[in-house]
Amino acid sequence: MTGAHDQPLLSVRDLSVRFGLKGQRQVAAVDEVSLDIWPGQHVALVGESGSGKSVTSLAVMGLLPDRGVEVGGEVLYRGEDLLTKSPKEMAGLRGSEIAMVFQDPMTSLNPVITVGVQLTEVLLRHLQVSKAEARERAVELLGRVGIPDPARRLREYPHQLSGGMRQRVLIAIALACEPKLLIADEPTTALDVTIQAQVLEVLKDLVADTDAALLMITHDLGVVAGLCDDVNVMYSGRIVESTNRNRLFANPRHPYTGGLLASIPRLDSPRGAPLTPIPGSPTQTLPWTSACAFAPRCGNRVEACTERAPALEATGDRDLRCFNPLADADLTGAAR
Amino acid sequence: MTIPLPPSGAGTDPLLTTADDAPGVSLWRAAWRRLRRNPTAIVGAVIVAAFILVALLAPLLTPYEPGSARWSGQVTPTSVPGPSPEHLLGLDRFGSDLFTQLVYGARQSLVYGVVATAIGLTAGTALGTLAGGAASVGGRIGGWVDNAVMRLVDIMLSVPSLLLAVSIAAVLGQNPYAVMIAIGVAQVPIFARLLRGSMLSQGRSDYVLAAEALGLRKRRIVMGHVLPNSLGPTVVQATLNLAVAIIEVAALSFLGLGQPDPAVAEWGRMLVAAQDRFEAAPQLALLPGGAIAITALGFTLFGEALREALDPRSRR
Ligand SMILES: Nc1ncnc2c1ncn2[C@@H]1O[C@H](COP(=O)(O)OP(=O)(O)OP(=O)(O)O)[C@@H](O)[C@H]1O
Ligand code: SF4
Ligand SMILES: [Mg+2]
Repeated sequence: MTGAHDQPLLSVRDLSVRFGLKGQRQVAAVDEVSLDIWPGQHVALVGESGSGKSVTSLAVMGLLPDRGVEVGGEVLYRGEDLLTKSPKEMAGLRGSEIAMVFQDPMTSLNPVITVGVQLTEVLLRHLQVSKAEARERAVELLGRVGIPDPARRLREYPHQLSGGMRQRVLIAIALACEPKLLIADEPTTALDVTIQAQVLEVLKDLVADTDAALLMITHDLGVVAGLCDDVNVMYSGRIVESTNRNRLFANPRHPYTGGLLASIPRLDSPRGAPLTPIPGSPTQTLPWTSACAFAPRCGNRVEACTERAPALEATGDRDLRCFNPLADADLTGAAR
Repeated sequence: MTIPLPPSGAGTDPLLTTADDAPGVSLWRAAWRRLRRNPTAIVGAVIVAAFILVALLAPLLTPYEPGSARWSGQVTPTSVPGPSPEHLLGLDRFGSDLFTQLVYGARQSLVYGVVATAIGLTAGTALGTLAGGAASVGGRIGGWVDNAVMRLVDIMLSVPSLLLAVSIAAVLGQNPYAVMIAIGVAQVPIFARLLRGSMLSQGRSDYVLAAEALGLRKRRIVMGHVLPNSLGPTVVQATLNLAVAIIEVAALSFLGLGQPDPAVAEWGRMLVAAQDRFEAAPQLALLPGGAIAITALGFTLFGEALREALDPRSRR
């Protein structure tokens, strides 16, 4: 086994996920997706609804349905391809090495089992601990995610907790066995706006405490800004721009990234200044096989865009999939 | 340029306080609270409670023994004595106290109904868990087990339940256990199918995906997460089935396949006996008939209210 830092913790190589039965018309929900996460690194996967973010994360976790799905490429975890592992081996890794927090805290906890059982069962599954030790650790974990009176809360049922509390519980459960990698799939989207920032703060602290690497899936660039080192922007199943956070925010080159940045409120824009949404909807796409999927909505479109598929190319400081990228320092929408 | 930052949020979570119920309240207790506020549930519960009390306290409610035919001398081929100070509802055609017969009949119905439903519930739940569990775990063996169990259940379902009960009672001969087993067996497919179906639909829920994401073992997920969430509809069905069982007990008796001992009071047999005296003494048929109907109604009302109370869509 090589040292922890000579290779990425997770290296997704050319991942593709197709839904539909063999022979029939298949839908590529994810294609040509590659990304690296180094130990302790925080990486974002950003894109609008339906761009394939959740499917990517489920493929990494080995949680896609058994039937009607075709997965290609490699998911290397510490150099070993997870896609070739048996269901049993994957179950051993999940929860202990790689864990996940889902979007909806209202439905991700089992309604008829107490919080305490749901928190201790993962400890008992992966760690050599007694029931009493697991309980003790559960109390401590709930305390760490900022839940007051944790001993009492352990005896409660999910419906007795608010959404923000439940997501804290889910974060505590996911990080209970100190996994090396946490995948958070829009962990705050379903929460009240006032709660989002607090839950994000809890997540950030606990990830930092446990030295876990983080794959943050979100459509909210605000979340990315406060949390992530690297950003992968996804559109219609493919990565269109991938670079370091600061470079991406300072200088988005892909027109879609530019559009995303222009459509979020900023602290430095005057109050009430209009936001510029990306025209059209994510459903207006072209197939990547013969065009740029973003072409119907793109302001920078050139002739090539509807004739062939742009490839993801390394261009100096980033990977970019575009025939006519935004110029350096051309900030769409950020008029000043 | 400035990077947009999420507002830094310290302080207390305004939603940290308990969401809807007081601490320590389980899902079932929450359902209980909703039940108590539902008039249908209360009517059903009152009927059911009255029925159970009458059955349990029968010896305290009447000074006489059932089926004694002590006053057979007072019954003539053309007339049956009506209410009198000694006999609240009069006599039956054999000369037993009608009130006593009705009260002890409740006892019979309760015992038969509960035992029959318990047989159906136990066997049906076992088969349903086996099929639902096998289907959730999947794989070749899982699929095979699920298929085998469900074909068996299909065969049982294809026979009308009363016909199945009649056949079983006919095979087992006229003894009290035959009736319970017959009615219980007829209920097995209902419980098995229902439980398997709700286990499969629960298997697609988010909390199961979340449990899988934690690497929990399949067996643990099925038995510890899926099964407890699937039991609600089964409990509701058991309540509803009690109503059916009570009617079927009477029906089997009516067909001459019920409790053979004439000393035991039984509503169905009271109906049979009342047949040829209907014009002279309609109360002999109307009272046990009404008792069956009201009891069945009570269980049905309560079961439906329970279904509503446990329905996640009606929660909160
Ligand atoms: N089980 C499935 N069968 C068929 N298609 C699916 C399945 N799951 C997802 N898809 C398709 O894959 C595409 C990507 O979905 P995915 O859930 O990954 O999007 P997402 O980026 O997570 O969006 P959101 O922000 O809404 O969560 C969608 O077009 C969806 O229709
Ligand atoms: S390839 Fe063309 S259509 Fe696609 S984003 Fe670039 S400029 Fe726009
Ligand atoms: Mg998603």
